[in-house]
Amino acid sequence: MNNLSIRVPYVTRVEGHGNIVVDLKEGKLVKSVLEIVEPPRYFEAMMKGYLYTDAAVISSRICGICAVGHQMTSVKATEAALGIPVTEQTVLLRKLLVYGATMQSHILHIFFLAAPDLFNAPSVIPLAKTHPETVKMALRMKRLSNDICDLIGGRTIHPNRVVPGGFTKLPTEKELLWIKDKLENQMVPNAKASFELLKSLADKFPAFQRETEYIGLKTDSEYAFYDGDISSTDAGIIPVEKYREVTNEFVVPHSTAKHARHKRSSYAVGALARLNNNYDKLNPLAKEVADALGMKPIVKNPYLNTVAQLVETIHVTEESLKLIDKLLTDGIKAEKPIQPEKLREGTGVGCTEVPRGILFHEYTYDNRGQIVKANCIIPTNQNAQNIDDDMKELVPWMIDNGMNKEQMTLALEMLVRAYDPCISCSVHFLDVEFKE
Amino acid sequence: MSKPKVAFFDFTSCEGCQLSKLNLEDDLLDILELVDIVNFREAISDRGEDYEIAFIEGSLSTPHCIERIHKIRRQAKILVALGACAHIGGINAIRNKMDQDEVRETVYGKDKYLFPSIKAQAVSDVVKVDYYVPGCPMDNQEFKKVLSALLTGKIPEIPEYSVCVECKAKENECLYDYGIACMGPITRAGCGAACPSNGHYCYGCRGLVPDLNKNAAKDVMEKYKLSMSQIKKRFYMFNTNYVNMEEKEYE
Ligand code: SF4
Ligand code: SF4
Ligand SMILES: [Fe+2]
Repeated sequence: MNNLSIRVPYVTRVEGHGNIVVDLKEGKLVKSVLEIVEPPRYFEAMMKGYLYTDAAVISSRICGICAVGHQMTSVKATEAALGIPVTEQTVLLRKLLVYGATMQSHILHIFFLAAPDLFNAPSVIPLAKTHPETVKMALRMKRLSNDICDLIGGRTIHPNRVVPGGFTKLPTEKELLWIKDKLENQMVPNAKASFELLKSLADKFPAFQRETEYIGLKTDSEYAFYDGDISSTDAGIIPVEKYREVTNEFVVPHSTAKHARHKRSSYAVGALARLNNNYDKLNPLAKEVADALGMKPIVKNPYLNTVAQLVETIHVTEESLKLIDKLLTDGIKAEKPIQPEKLREGTGVGCTEVPRGILFHEYTYDNRGQIVKANCIIPTNQNAQNIDDDMKELVPWMIDNGMNKEQMTLALEMLVRAYDPCISCSVHFLDVEFKE
Repeated sequence: MSKPKVAFFDFTSCEGCQLSKLNLEDDLLDILELVDIVNFREAISDRGEDYEIAFIEGSLSTPHCIERIHKIRRQAKILVALGACAHIGGINAIRNKMDQDEVRETVYGKDKYLFPSIKAQAVSDVVKVDYYVPGCPMDNQEFKKVLSALLTGKIPEIPEYSVCVECKAKENECLYDYGIACMGPITRAGCGAACPSNGHYCYGCRGLVPDLNKNAAKDVMEKYKLSMSQIKKRFYMFNTNYVNMEEKEYE
């Protein structure tokens, strides 16, 4: 194959607007990129002047799909900047909310966005006819993870109980018992069935591999989602406050979203990156499933991010059960959000693992508690260059494997989808310097 | 009777409203019995151009958005705006109050005219909108109600009284008693006072009540001795395009 041109405008089944552009001329790959064409959103500029109590309300709207993650990261940044402490109960409940959101997002991606490709279907809609039990199971799993977010966060999309210092309303013990029962009797068996399903479809993932740097949070006590240090498969541990040394954002002409690089030309974040950094902290069932699916670090096939998401879904289910037991043993205490003792100037970084990878928010406040400067670095921006680099190796790999144009197009789309990119998130527009 | 063809289109948004539809879960399968979805980029690969009902999410913020919405309006018999972004411009409109050229320049530097952008507008600022499902995110139960009203030829209705009314009916404690500026008194009801019922102030995501007397609202807020600049900010959060408070009046 000497000349080839692939264009996929507005890739479907991803969140946001991106185009795949591949050009091969006289055997040479001249272009292979994911163009990001989402309108810019200017979030950091919009947050300026708002009170610390408004920061999470606004930044949540960077992305409805990642709203829990943005709120969590936002309140952590605010708490760090203003010196607001949180109680142990708050941390436990926040983790439970993060796990609920992780399940929700992963299930949506595995079954609704990625699975149709594995079944050769254009969407989940025909699957409802051909595989009704699977679709119904997926809907039940998603419903349950939404219910968890509703009960802890007030609602799933743009939760309305998460504020700096704690929660404005708490779940009851009865609600926690309900979640526990559902997780044990519904989520665990459904997750096992999902594992069998993915195992049977494993050969549908292209066997492509590429070495890259994997970055995710890491902590001694658990598989890190809510808190930890930055961990890199190339460079080891880096404190969160030094995040700019890791992300090094830069602009590319084909994308309204900035790109990032650290030790190599690119790095990856997300479920696979977390798994590659946290494998030894997996809960028992999740580890069993990971091993049965060949997910021992370092996994270098980007398509297997979807598989890593299933492993994580099982892990956070087990972890949520542990958290609920602890919360129930201690009893829910009627705590109100902790207020800052005194407003003061300050800068703080918040960092959380959200479904698509590591997320940073950094805010600077003036002495009236108003935002002077904001910076948010989104997982999809961090993955953008890695996707381009994958495509650069994937195209020749596909040619060597004798794939036709149609197969290649599908494999490229599947690659982009595997990252579960959140393009709406990625063009919130970064690092705006305010002119006074 | 053949099933009506519906299409979903997203503009400048967080996609929360699209996700909200997917969160209908069990009802999704019922909805699929009633309508034929021909275009829904986030969830399906097919892209159909022949549809009768168009659902629009997101605000219009580039010249390309304006072109697309005209094309959609030419095709659609019924056009429904979903969520605050499409309904009132929503959170995207915060930047409308900022110096636009400065916004572009701070983001793109010398390339500020590379990507054309305009103020973030509600869909009805550009083309006729037949019905709304307000909220950020839109309420998916309300969406279901509007959809079934449309399918049975009825006119969907949304409340014209304020969130305060719903909040009082729920016997919530008023947040003003805690010194928290809540937009409930001036925000259109229909969410069941979702935020105050969770202990969080209302930020007006459903838009302002139709007969808003902004000075009355100002009185409510002044009564509780809240900083005017903060109130102005909170007014602007979702309703920038509809609240025009003169700086000099308040500062
Ligand atoms: S109205 Fe809110 S939830 Fe809906 S798209 Fe806009 S920002 Fe997202
Ligand atoms: S209470 Fe206010 S902010 Fe909350 S959903 Fe209702 S209108 Fe929107
Ligand atoms: Fe996102």
